[in-house]
Amino acid sequence: MNPKPVIELRRASYRLPGGRALLSEIDLVVGQGETLVLLGPSGSGKTTLLKLINRLLDPTGGEVLVEGRATTDWDPIRLRRRIGYVIQETGLFPHFTIERNVGVVPGLEGWNPERIRSRTLEMLRLVGLPPEELANRMPHELSGGQRQRAGVARALAADPPVLLMDEPFGALDPVTRAGLQREFQSLASRLGKTIVFVTHDLREALRLGTRIAMLEDGRLVAVHPAKQFIAAPEPEIQRLVDAVRDADRDLSYEEP
Amino acid sequence: MTFLEYMSRNSGLILELTLEHLKLVGVAIIAATAAGIPLGVAASRSAAFRRWSLGFANVMQTVPSLALFGFLIPVTGIGGRTAVIALALYALLPILQNTCAGIAGVDRAVLEAARGMGMTPWQMLLQVELPLAMGVILAGVRVAAVTSIGVATIAAAVGAGGLGTFIFQGLSMVNNNVILAGAIPAALLAISADAALGWMERRLTPRVGKA
Repeated sequence: MNPKPVIELRRASYRLPGGRALLSEIDLVVGQGETLVLLGPSGSGKTTLLKLINRLLDPTGGEVLVEGRATTDWDPIRLRRRIGYVIQETGLFPHFTIERNVGVVPGLEGWNPERIRSRTLEMLRLVGLPPEELANRMPHELSGGQRQRAGVARALAADPPVLLMDEPFGALDPVTRAGLQREFQSLASRLGKTIVFVTHDLREALRLGTRIAMLEDGRLVAVHPAKQFIAAPEPEIQRLVDAVRDADRDLSYEEP
Repeated sequence: MTFLEYMSRNSGLILELTLEHLKLVGVAIIAATAAGIPLGVAASRSAAFRRWSLGFANVMQTVPSLALFGFLIPVTGIGGRTAVIALALYALLPILQNTCAGIAGVDRAVLEAARGMGMTPWQMLLQVELPLAMGVILAGVRVAAVTSIGVATIAAAVGAGGLGTFIFQGLSMVNNNVILAGAIPAALLAISADAALGWMERRLTPRVGKA
């Protein structure tokens, strides 16, 4: 049995007003509780695809459905409050403390202050930020990795069923990054959210995805379960896998 | 008669004209701020409106101040009203421009996150854009206020009173004491306004650092 589709793209396209197509006729289904990774080089349309889901952009062709309803039929504000959004630069509000940042969406949703506070502290603990120490700090007083954790906590605060993550770990050093990936993996399986995760990093995709969708030049090359991805027949995928293998060889190079 | 003697003998009048001066500037700055911030917000939303409004404010600022008073007299007559209108028009540019620049300077990632979280345009403006632009906006108000204190000395020429009264009188009498009785308080007023508004600017600007 396939899980119930939460997000569905039907021949969805997005063209700039000037006419250049950023996405062409994408067909894609994301099932309840899975982590779908959108993998592709920069400029392949990954971020544009995410923005079609939370209606930061409207498709110029085809349609995008969230919970069975076309995004163009959703009130964009209601839709976005049901979708957590994490971006590479985090976009934390620099004039809010970490606690206030995490409580933004519950506040917009009109929760009472005690409920916001307890939820915020719970979220900070969940992403491994000790609230006693960090809740009252300002974003610029945190490390890059801590800011990214705060961004995830903020996206989860109002308990949205869907999470969109746009290269959330892209700007971090490799060690911090690997740590966050491990934690994210266990978090994702515990929370049961439907997640769309954008990255250009094959290894990250393999580690985090249930399935991987490969994009190139605004086209969907293929979608494969993560376990079968590196053996997939498509030449675009093989080129990427080979490039990563070549880079790995440099790591195991030894002095003659 | 020494300058200090002149000052102490006329201290009542000096105080009165100083208060009058402050009132002219205060009313003009409040009006310019009340108009300039909403116009600046509108200008940050529409490129066409930005061109027009900044163009208008620029022209106002380019007209020599005495000439601006002169242009207004046929319309609004002699007196305080004309002076306040001219000062407000003069003060509009820095406030409008800084509001626009302050909002344009808000980090795009922050705005994208705000929109992505489901903030309405009003919520974004009031909770994110204006607070983050506040330091730049207040810097504009400070420039406008300090400039206005200087320009307002000319207001005496259109019968609006203020410290310029002493200066013009002293010039016609060729009496340095009288000139300085207007000029020194005006200069002190400008310096203290700069300091006070600078302090307010630091207090109200969110401490954001480099994130």
